[in-house]
Amino acid sequence: MSHEPENYLTEHSVRSWLLTTDHKRIGILYLLSIVVYFAIAAAAAAMMRLQLLQPNNDLVLPETYNKLFTLHGVLMVWFFLIPSIPAVLGNFVIPMMIGARDVAFPKLNLLSWYLFNIGGSCALYAVICGGVDTGWTFYTPYSTTYANGHVVTMIMGVFIAGFASILTGLNFIITIHKMRAPGMTWFRLPLFIWSLYSTSIILVLATPVLAITLLAIAVERLWGVGIFDPNLGGDPVLFQHMFWFYSHPAVYIMILPGMGVVSELITCFSRKRIFGYHFVAFSSLAIAIVGFLVWGHHMFVSSQSVYAGMVFSILSFIVAVPSAIKVFNWTATLYKGSISYDTPMLYAFGFIGLFTIGGLTGLFLAAIAVDVHLHDTYFVVAHFHYIMVGGMVLSFMGGLHYWWPKISGRLYPEMMGRVAAAVTFIGFNLTFFPQFLLGYLGQPRRYHAYPPEFQVFHVLSTAGASILGVGYLMPLIYFLWSLKWGKRASDNPWQATGLEWQTTSPPLRENFEEIPIVTKEPYDYRPEDDPEHEPQAQPQHA
Amino acid sequence: MSHTVVSLKTYIATFVSLMVLLIITVVVAYVDLGELNLAAAMAIAVLKAVLIILFFMHIRYGRKLTWVFAGAGFFWLAIMLIFVMCDYATRH
Amino acid sequence: MPEPDAAHAHQFESFEQQRDADTTGMWTFLATEVLFFGGLIVCYTFGRFSFPAAFEAASHHLYVGYGGPNTAILLCSSFTMALAVRSAQLGRRKALVGFLIATVLFGIGFLVVKGFEYHTDYVERLVPKWHFHWDGPDAGHAELFFWLYFVLTGLHAVHVTIGVVLLSVVACLGWKGKITAENHMTAEISGLYWHFVDIVWVFLFPLLYLIGHR
Repeated sequence: MSHEPENYLTEHSVRSWLLTTDHKRIGILYLLSIVVYFAIAAAAAAMMRLQLLQPNNDLVLPETYNKLFTLHGVLMVWFFLIPSIPAVLGNFVIPMMIGARDVAFPKLNLLSWYLFNIGGSCALYAVICGGVDTGWTFYTPYSTTYANGHVVTMIMGVFIAGFASILTGLNFIITIHKMRAPGMTWFRLPLFIWSLYSTSIILVLATPVLAITLLAIAVERLWGVGIFDPNLGGDPVLFQHMFWFYSHPAVYIMILPGMGVVSELITCFSRKRIFGYHFVAFSSLAIAIVGFLVWGHHMFVSSQSVYAGMVFSILSFIVAVPSAIKVFNWTATLYKGSISYDTPMLYAFGFIGLFTIGGLTGLFLAAIAVDVHLHDTYFVVAHFHYIMVGGMVLSFMGGLHYWWPKISGRLYPEMMGRVAAAVTFIGFNLTFFPQFLLGYLGQPRRYHAYPPEFQVFHVLSTAGASILGVGYLMPLIYFLWSLKWGKRASDNPWQATGLEWQTTSPPLRENFEEIPIVTKEPYDYRPEDDPEHEPQAQPQHA
Repeated sequence: MSHTVVSLKTYIATFVSLMVLLIITVVVAYVDLGELNLAAAMAIAVLKAVLIILFFMHIRYGRKLTWVFAGAGFFWLAIMLIFVMCDYATRH
Repeated sequence: MPEPDAAHAHQFESFEQQRDADTTGMWTFLATEVLFFGGLIVCYTFGRFSFPAAFEAASHHLYVGYGGPNTAILLCSSFTMALAVRSAQLGRRKALVGFLIATVLFGIGFLVVKGFEYHTDYVERLVPKWHFHWDGPDAGHAELFFWLYFVLTGLHAVHVTIGVVLLSVVACLGWKGKITAENHMTAEISGLYWHFVDIVWVFLFPLLYLIGHR
């Protein structure tokens, strides 16, 4: 690549990567790491789907099945979904979008990547040593007293990775507050920034509670005394309170960034300003804040008081409002837009539909009476996979395709991209829609066997999973292919308005020749007759 | 942000108040006030914390943003405490 | 690419911006610390609400004679820390180093007293699962109280230890003249951390030592 102009990829040594403080390189490092964790967790899911092909299959032992779903949950939640958009795409584009040279604390940023991987190694070590079968929720007293296996090692992995989350959130908050280019006021920020700011609030305020809760479990397991132990008058439900105080907001860590990406994609590929900028921006904050008040809806069938359950139920209905506002605004943005069906936009369409299904089924579960029937069934599994996969993974793929020309300086093959997006969408629905029916019919989650009448749904689901797997493998292959053979990307292949498109592809080491001056709102797209978009900023000398 | 150099007098006054409050809190603990013992102890602790935050940590001279950041942690802790304890208080 | 000048790190535009980012960053970190200790405070509140008698009886086995003076020591250390930051602002190098050393010594003093206290607790068989012995009723919940006591004070002691190391490093930097009136952020943000550790103790003292009426 020596004939290319100097950019952030120019230096090649391993050392220059492992000691880098460049936010773009750290984003790439995160991308490589999460692909590995995703592959392992996906393999675990594949094993489970194969086991469930037959009602009493003996492909894996029942204990192994328990370890598989724990492995799948822990890796997917903490080592793929939570870092996916924030740590990969967020790290890569936030400083460029706001017109900064880097994040506020570049060394802390690198430290979080190392912490993340130390945590990941701990978790994998626990798996290699024999695994953990508690489920990703580590419910007490099973996890503290009865579970065999390497619970403490696994917990330490999550604990350490939690600090990576905290540092990333802290870095983003300060970066967004303090590093904006001249003229980049709060209401000129792209909506991706608003959503990641809200995500960071959750990362910073919820993760410490998870850390202390996990620490308390580890101490309780090692020391044999603790506040969650019912034998000593402690209360396992207290654990559930503390765990879900983190883990429910964490669900929003796993969807808010996706909403941010979709806001970027919808405007760019319909060549229109976002409808209701302020509503979309503030709904992110509202989700982050109200999202902290709903955790008790995971505990309707525990011994939580009925009154607390009622309050949590009502608040859970309220938190659906800002999400709905976003969906309405995206739809209104599309109205009369000049829509192009490029790959990122296909993923964004998939997101809107699947997120809506996932969100609405969440309301079923937020109603106490319905939840008593559906709690711990496949209905819940289907519901959160519609959010996590249909929402977050699709928007991650959309964002990755959208920014790939900027990240790599190469174009991916567009036709392949569209096919992959369609395959993913079909495979996903075939996998998880039958699980809604299964759950409604009463199949509980986390079992290695089931009554024969459910087999048809499980076979459909497994078939869907194999299609979904193809949908994931295709981008992996053509992204790698494009690095060598892809066409060179121009600086702004999508004619988008954001600041990140005003630097070279791939960007310079410190993003910009000189810090741009922002003069406009973010989405000043000119649709029909005027294909020349107006960029958000002027160069300083203009 | 905290360009202000706080006067020695302010620091000394803060320190003396903190020590006096410490003595009061210990003394009050030896007087039987029933339920009020907890309220008194917590009120004094909050007062001490506020003094430290305002003067030693320069929040009084800082910007609004710092007030928000300093308050956020305590606000979210209050959310957790209140919701969890409301559950326990309304069980039968 | 503009050359990074000596005053501020390359990613910033001005020294002012860096100061702001550093201070706000520290405050954000302290907010996470509030929730870190906060989780245990929730556990404590649950215990005290559910088993008031056992917690009160257990609390009376702790010595205000240890906890009270230790609170005073930490308040003194906060005072010297504030004066150290003031000296840094005014560019008084020797005063800065002197006050920092005083703060470090107070910190170590706190840890020493805490060590003696832990030893006393051990001798009186108050350490859960380690020859724990309880004469009164409801031994289980008393043990729970001591579990909370050791986890809370233990975590706090870890924070004090980190603070002592941090402030020693800052004192060295100050001695070498790396902390000036214009560039005193290191002193200031370490000070914020130290005051926070003090605040944690300000709450732990009444919560653990002064339950009910003694």
